[in-house]
Amino acid sequence: MFQRVYDASGASVAVTIDGKPVQAREGDTVAAAMLAAGYETCRTTPVSEAPRGPYCMMGVCFECLVTIGSVGNRQGCLVRVQAGMRIETQHGKRVLGR
Amino acid sequence: MSAAGIRDAYDVAIVGAGAAGLAAADLCARAGLSTVVFDEQASPGGQTYRSIEDTPLRRPEVLGEDYWKGAALLAAFRASGAQYVPGAGVWSLTHERELGVSVDGQSRLTTARRVIVATGALERPFPIPGWTLPGVMTTGAAQILLKSSGLAAQGRTVLAGGGPLLWLLAWQYLNAGARIDAILETTPRGNLLRAAPHAPGFLVSPYVRKGLALLLAVHRRIRVVSGVSELRAEGDGKVQSLVYRVRGGAEQRLPVDTLLLHQGVVPNVNLAMAAGIEHRWDDRQLCWTPVLERDGATSVEGIAIAGDGAGIAGVQAAVSRGVLAAAVAVRALKPGARPDGEARARAELARYERGRRFLDELYRPARAFRIPQGATIVCRCEEVTAQQIVDAVALGCTGPNQMKAFVRCGMGPCQGRLCGLTVTELIARTRGVSPQEVGYYRLRSPVKPITVAELAGLPHTDAGVKAVVRH
Repeated sequence: MFQRVYDASGASVAVTIDGKPVQAREGDTVAAAMLAAGYETCRTTPVSEAPRGPYCMMGVCFECLVTIGSVGNRQGCLVRVQAGMRIETQHGKRVLGR
Repeated sequence: MSAAGIRDAYDVAIVGAGAAGLAAADLCARAGLSTVVFDEQASPGGQTYRSIEDTPLRRPEVLGEDYWKGAALLAAFRASGAQYVPGAGVWSLTHERELGVSVDGQSRLTTARRVIVATGALERPFPIPGWTLPGVMTTGAAQILLKSSGLAAQGRTVLAGGGPLLWLLAWQYLNAGARIDAILETTPRGNLLRAAPHAPGFLVSPYVRKGLALLLAVHRRIRVVSGVSELRAEGDGKVQSLVYRVRGGAEQRLPVDTLLLHQGVVPNVNLAMAAGIEHRWDDRQLCWTPVLERDGATSVEGIAIAGDGAGIAGVQAAVSRGVLAAAVAVRALKPGARPDGEARARAELARYERGRRFLDELYRPARAFRIPQGATIVCRCEEVTAQQIVDAVALGCTGPNQMKAFVRCGMGPCQGRLCGLTVTELIARTRGVSPQEVGYYRLRSPVKPITVAELAGLPHTDAGVKAVVRH
């Protein structure tokens, strides 16, 4: 779990995670917003469906892959939140046609 | 900025807006060269000066004065006239200096007369049992969350490993009023002896003052367990406890909500290797570093490497290397030009390189934490264990490329960034040969995953259309 340190500033940005409304902060990446909202797991793996969460936060590990809007496998740590953004966790292998 | 704003050609293209890239861009643009900086992140500064223009932290003392030194670098870059393309993934770089760049799901190709690769460093893999559990992250990841979002770990937080960044983050967490329950130090005791001969260079380097003050402050306020020889993260669906041994003693257990790992940083080689730039195994830093001539010149004409991608030396050295690589480009493209700051950069670089040797030896990670055994996952993407790799070696698999075909390690989305060093060292140790002989994954473009639609959507040239259209 991650929480804001007491002197952190920033305006709220409303997004949804798996359909649930979440208040992120301006400047948050999707991965940061998920950790702040208590989502430690952002996907389960295609190989064994093991839970995974963000690991490096800088674009190299690809653990924070999520679906943003309708596009799957986005690196959550490289995309900043925008008002109205729909973020979805991913589960196992990609299903064709989705 | 969108992909459409990327021009067809530049004098100088720089990949990476960290310390080296920013310093290089500043010099090139001020010399009148058309200069572009492509950076994957949303704001400039690299990882050291991450979010320096827009951090939500209001009190500057949380991150410390060394962080804020980057502000001058950013200001100079912003005023230089260099074009800056954030959110840009460079997925290809050829010998002809053509770059493939993806912005917001759209790609463009562009060329440059000179390219400076300033892709920096990433944290060394730390393959312990349970390192894939949610709640286990790198120390760098925690620092990024603090700088960019003002977020700190909540609940029981443990740092494990070694290296300057580990201590820096601990100190910044203390400044931010965040909690750290313990630091488990994995640095082997013998390191200090091996580092001692290099102490004179370190003592006159600028590392000393900041390093010692910081170490003292952290030791005073956080419980530090030294000599940790074994680590294992456990939990059901997320990390819940950390099991460890001190110098092979009895197992001890700590409850933990967030585990932050770190054992140094290594060059981020993917783009440079895919461009065909020669790299060699560095026995001192235990990683691949590019074979460089003076001022960052590589084995490929017109492409230089600056910053930690040239070998780990830290942020100040990165600035100097950026200036020196840029000066070469300026002189080549503007005959008669006299780029300023070169002599100073050379002197600074020497100062920081002198101190580095000591740090390399002192924080050299233990073999047990670099070369895992048994069921420990080596390749996180494809979930390949150390035992699977050892077994494949027994079947006659001699190197990382064959290993891909045997067990799929390195074939997931991270393209070997999180397993490559481990796979090389594990194969080398199993075969009883050097990492240099074992080699690395053969890296190819695209070095960042892009969709086929994005490739197909590249602007078509007349020649390209004629090549495929029937008349």
